[in-house]
Amino acid sequence: MALLEVKNVTKRFGKVEVLKGIDFSLEKGQVLSIIGSSGSGKTTLLRCLNFLETPDTGVISVDGNDIFDAEDTKKMSAAAIRESRLRFGLVFQSFNLFPQYSVMENLMLAPKLRAKEEIKAAKGTRAQLKQRFAEIEENAREILASVGLSDKEDSYPCQLSGGQQQRVSIARALMMKPDILCFDEPTSALDPELTGEVLKVIKGLRDEGRTMIVVTHEMEFARNVSDNVIFMANGVIEEQGDPEELFGAPKSTILQSFLSGIKK
Amino acid sequence: MAITWSSFCKVTLRLLEGFETTCLIFALTLVLALPLGLIISFGSMSKFKPLAFITRVFVWIIRGVPLMLQIFVVFYVPRLLWHWPFLSRFNAVIVAFVINYACYFSEIYRGGIEGIPRGQYEAGEVLGMTKSQIFFKVVLMQVVKRIIAPMSNEIITLVKDTALARVIMVAEILKVAEEYASTSALIWPTFYTAVFYLVFVGVLTLLFGYIEKKLSYYKA
Repeated sequence: MALLEVKNVTKRFGKVEVLKGIDFSLEKGQVLSIIGSSGSGKTTLLRCLNFLETPDTGVISVDGNDIFDAEDTKKMSAAAIRESRLRFGLVFQSFNLFPQYSVMENLMLAPKLRAKEEIKAAKGTRAQLKQRFAEIEENAREILASVGLSDKEDSYPCQLSGGQQQRVSIARALMMKPDILCFDEPTSALDPELTGEVLKVIKGLRDEGRTMIVVTHEMEFARNVSDNVIFMANGVIEEQGDPEELFGAPKSTILQSFLSGIKK
Repeated sequence: MAITWSSFCKVTLRLLEGFETTCLIFALTLVLALPLGLIISFGSMSKFKPLAFITRVFVWIIRGVPLMLQIFVVFYVPRLLWHWPFLSRFNAVIVAFVINYACYFSEIYRGGIEGIPRGQYEAGEVLGMTKSQIFFKVVLMQVVKRIIAPMSNEIITLVKDTALARVIMVAEILKVAEEYASTSALIWPTFYTAVFYLVFVGVLTLLFGYIEKKLSYYKA
């Protein structure tokens, strides 16, 4: 069974129908790239998966459980959304690190708040909380090392380059142990010489077997890294499939002109 | 008339008594108006439109009418309408000041809060944080940094606005000094009060400078 299943998701903003019925599925350990021109709806789709937008219709299920169903609003309590959205992680185009916190604090803030709540709900002791915090700290160090930023633990976001900030932001998303990690144009805000280090980290995550959805304009990257590519245009999935096929022999004229436009 | 050492000391001591009242008005107003202003700013930013509208009209009235007039209203209106002296002179001053300053503060908060990029909230949300966690752990500290300059401006204005308390006979420092002018024909105590205000504002300026420096370790 597919890890993620998206069925008939639609979304409109006022009169504009941004998503006109999106269906796709994603297997565990696979990397899916979503490409398409600006305004095609790819970012909105990603935001729907992360509950930053609420789809008007459709069902989203993870591991066979419907975590979102437009017909069944009972699942939509704030508490339920909080639980469900942790199935997904999201890395933003503009990083959105918390500027007043150091790199380590950025990584540990959300997990520590969560640990505090859980210990409190279970009427746990201070010692248990301390234990959890120590685990979180250890975990943060490991993840930071995996994105190659061990020496930046105590730096603040403003002291880091864009590429480093984005790597911290990937590490921060990993701290919540998401089933599916989403990237919203992770290199679009970066200078060309800095995109490489971020793409390298994403490639490393693929090699670890992480399930990921990457909205990207980096066609080379999409072609080399993904197991599957979706091309979106005007709120629908125009074409999807194996990256070699999709890039090598695009069927629709709209994808052909999109790809040739990029090559120019 | 010559200023003798003994009259200088006597006046200084009397002025210090008045200055105590000045400081009390200042401190009480600050302590009460800072949180009230935050609540009012939430009202004016509310998604529930009628509440936002009413709050904004209220802020418009309070900011649109002289503080002196508001002190008169708070003190005299209950007495005239219901013969009900429910507030002492001093308490009437505090009520008027707190409401007035809370409204000014609320607009500063609003500017600060609305200036925080949407992405900060979204980052907190996708990390599974609750709305209140996001506000208190992520947003608030950034708001403080953003508003420290306009706030210090407003707070320094408050130091000098305390002098308005004298319109309903509350004996703050300037009122005490004016009594010398009217009873003993001494004008210099009135000018002398400037020293007290300047020292007070000087200390505040240093304090705000210190806070700004403390918060300069990051760029928003």
